[in-house]
Amino acid sequence: MKDRQGRPVIVVTGMGLVTSLGQGKSDNWAALTAGKSGIRRIRRFPVEGLKTTIAGTVDFVPAEPFCAAQLSENFARLAAEEAVSQAAVGTRGNFPGPLFVAVPPVEIEWPQRLAVTKAAAVAGDVTYADLLRVAESPEFRPWHELFLFGTVADRLADTFGTKGSPISLSTACSSGATAIQLGVEALRRGEADAALCIGTDGSVQAEALIRFSLLSALSTHNDPPEAASKPFSKNRDGFVMGEGAAALVLETYAAARARGARILGVVAGCGEKGDGFHRTRSSPDGAPVIAALRAAIADAGLTPDDIDYINAHGTSTPENDRMESLGCTTVLGERMKSVPISSNKSMIGHTLTAAGAVEAVISLMTLEHQRIPPTINYAVPDPLIALDVVPNVARDAKLTGVLSNSFGFGGQNTVLVFTTEPKR
Amino acid sequence: MSARDVVITGVGLVSSLGDGLEAHAAALADPALVKLDATSFAPYPVHPTPALEYDKQIAKKLDQKQMEPWQRLGTYAAGLALDMAGLKGDKDRLANMLMVVAAGGGERDYAVDGQILTKLPYEAKPGDFLNERLMSDLRPTLFLAQLSNLLAGNISIVHGVTGASRTFMGEEQSGVDAVRIAVERIRARQGDSFLVGGSFNAERPDSLLIWAMGRMLRKGAHAPVWNRNDDPGFMLGSGGAFLVLEAREVAMARGATALATIAGIDSRRSKHQPGAVAKSLGACFTAAGPILTGKRTAVLSGATGVAPITGEELSAIKAALPEAPIRATGTRFGHMMEAQFPAGIALAVQALHAGALFPPAAGAPDEAASSAAPEAIAVTCVGHQRGEGLAVITRAE
Repeated sequence: MKDRQGRPVIVVTGMGLVTSLGQGKSDNWAALTAGKSGIRRIRRFPVEGLKTTIAGTVDFVPAEPFCAAQLSENFARLAAEEAVSQAAVGTRGNFPGPLFVAVPPVEIEWPQRLAVTKAAAVAGDVTYADLLRVAESPEFRPWHELFLFGTVADRLADTFGTKGSPISLSTACSSGATAIQLGVEALRRGEADAALCIGTDGSVQAEALIRFSLLSALSTHNDPPEAASKPFSKNRDGFVMGEGAAALVLETYAAARARGARILGVVAGCGEKGDGFHRTRSSPDGAPVIAALRAAIADAGLTPDDIDYINAHGTSTPENDRMESLGCTTVLGERMKSVPISSNKSMIGHTLTAAGAVEAVISLMTLEHQRIPPTINYAVPDPLIALDVVPNVARDAKLTGVLSNSFGFGGQNTVLVFTTEPKR
Repeated sequence: MSARDVVITGVGLVSSLGDGLEAHAAALADPALVKLDATSFAPYPVHPTPALEYDKQIAKKLDQKQMEPWQRLGTYAAGLALDMAGLKGDKDRLANMLMVVAAGGGERDYAVDGQILTKLPYEAKPGDFLNERLMSDLRPTLFLAQLSNLLAGNISIVHGVTGASRTFMGEEQSGVDAVRIAVERIRARQGDSFLVGGSFNAERPDSLLIWAMGRMLRKGAHAPVWNRNDDPGFMLGSGGAFLVLEAREVAMARGATALATIAGIDSRRSKHQPGAVAKSLGACFTAAGPILTGKRTAVLSGATGVAPITGEELSAIKAALPEAPIRATGTRFGHMMEAQFPAGIALAVQALHAGALFPPAAGAPDEAASSAAPEAIAVTCVGHQRGEGLAVITRAE
């Protein structure tokens, strides 16, 4: 079956999810619809001297060595296992299509720098020249591969047997959505019948947290941790870092039907728009956000009237939530007053590189269950954001068309449209 | 609907050899010319950033200040490409132009790292100490120079390219896949006009550290990448390379000059076991056979000098194209990692345009002299750890 533009319809046949609320779709769904928070005090490193001491860490997945690169790989592997098993496409270790993975910045971390420093046994001031002097020591050799940007994708490609050159990507906090968009485009081009799209992020470590903290992007309402992330509230004061991964198996509708696969939802459209206004801030008029929303709806062959729920980017930063509200209200018009919009980040925090994929899976579960996860911690409404944010309690609803928004530093705006049934 | 032709309408190249295509042609004409800094990061020589007047492409000093060297190199090279394509300042077209950028991560604050590492081993509470120092010593905006997608972000801000950007990561292969995805999207009408490329700063001790750990860096004397058996590995090079790719019909409609055609693009992945690279690259050449048949072809290789993959690449090239003259870009301006493949394509455009390949590198017997004008150029890229790529660039017609 083709869509209105003559392209193959793209459906989702497998999904996997790992967040601070748990491993797997069913545990996550139960927690999300119960309004539970996965935000907790950080235990994996000392928080002495930090303004923010909380995060939505995933503490039940081991990693050796314990670093963002390895943790992100392990989350992705768990999510992909769940997605690929559910889709039951191809054979084990032989996935019949390409891999697109949104991965966080990979870098040598302090434990490794410290180990190399100790090996260098410097008497006075340490410089990188000292580190370079001992870098070729055999004990450090595995760190070369571990800290390459392409390694997470390379190892996942080995495990799942995806085809072709795997793509590692970043569009900052919209990366997960971009991974899905790349998969949709590849299938529309007819390059394969299936694609594996993943977003993963395990980068809650001291320096990463401090970087966001120095940009004043994080909530400092540390007590109680579960109340810190409060998207759309008047007293919101920043986002809370989260971790997790999500994986989606995309297929053409024709291929999924031909093999009798269960269809979990349709990726009806994707839209994106760049913004050259500022490195971290959106154009004040919201034009790029508006353009991305309109592009996604148009790509889906729909109109704004066909959208009956929005899974918000909803970071809980003063800037994002205001701009997102402006964008949605502009595009959906008067109707936006009655179209529910909620933020999963109120419960799981901002899973950064993974967020677009994590929230895509939750959007599809929202469609599947016809039930909307709430925006928790909504106690002080922001009079400038007059939206139905599904406050605090999940809600049943009749839904056919859903938007999932993702926005990132560097002028990244990506919007996905999911529907229950293919639009002919 | 039939697939569309993809043409190159702009090229921006910066490396240790100079600023722009003409400077490269002039420098490459001297077979022995290589710019090396052997002391700053000894024992690892690097091909350094050339002197550039950044004001020419990055008008605002504030923008220059907000960027670290890798971003300045890339934003500068992107500006050169837009200039050549006649798109600089064309607000409406740039506002719809798409980007695929190949990038790693950005620089660290080496002084801060050094101060912390001097004391960290002796601290009773190292975690607390680290928090205190990072909170007080890190420049808040440094993060924005470290994020991979902020090269694209800076290009949006400085040059107004704001269709939408995607940043690919993954060392050399991200450069191959950036070109591949842009080409496939243009062919399939998923975009009309793209700015594609990457940049790399070799003068970074933190990134040298990673490749030193993997024993991928050559020490000591410079030698052609084909002739490094005494100490296999690469010498990193600073630089940036960007290409403007457009659907031929779109380029023609706006009256642009097509400089060359991307006739074929392939990217593959093999486990780098002995023999695998030769086989995988061989398969790329076999697939490109129909495009290359009957065309006088030259090869621009992005070979690293890492063994045994560099030798395997050379034999795969010779097996596929026994008559074709070969040149290795890494010999001349070093290994620019994510930017190596786009840089190879940039030089292919130059060679097709000039009707001549630059001369063989001094001391490289595998690089045969050639006076005939090439009709096609095969640009290869074999990643030091993973990935194999091939582009076939032909005259624009």
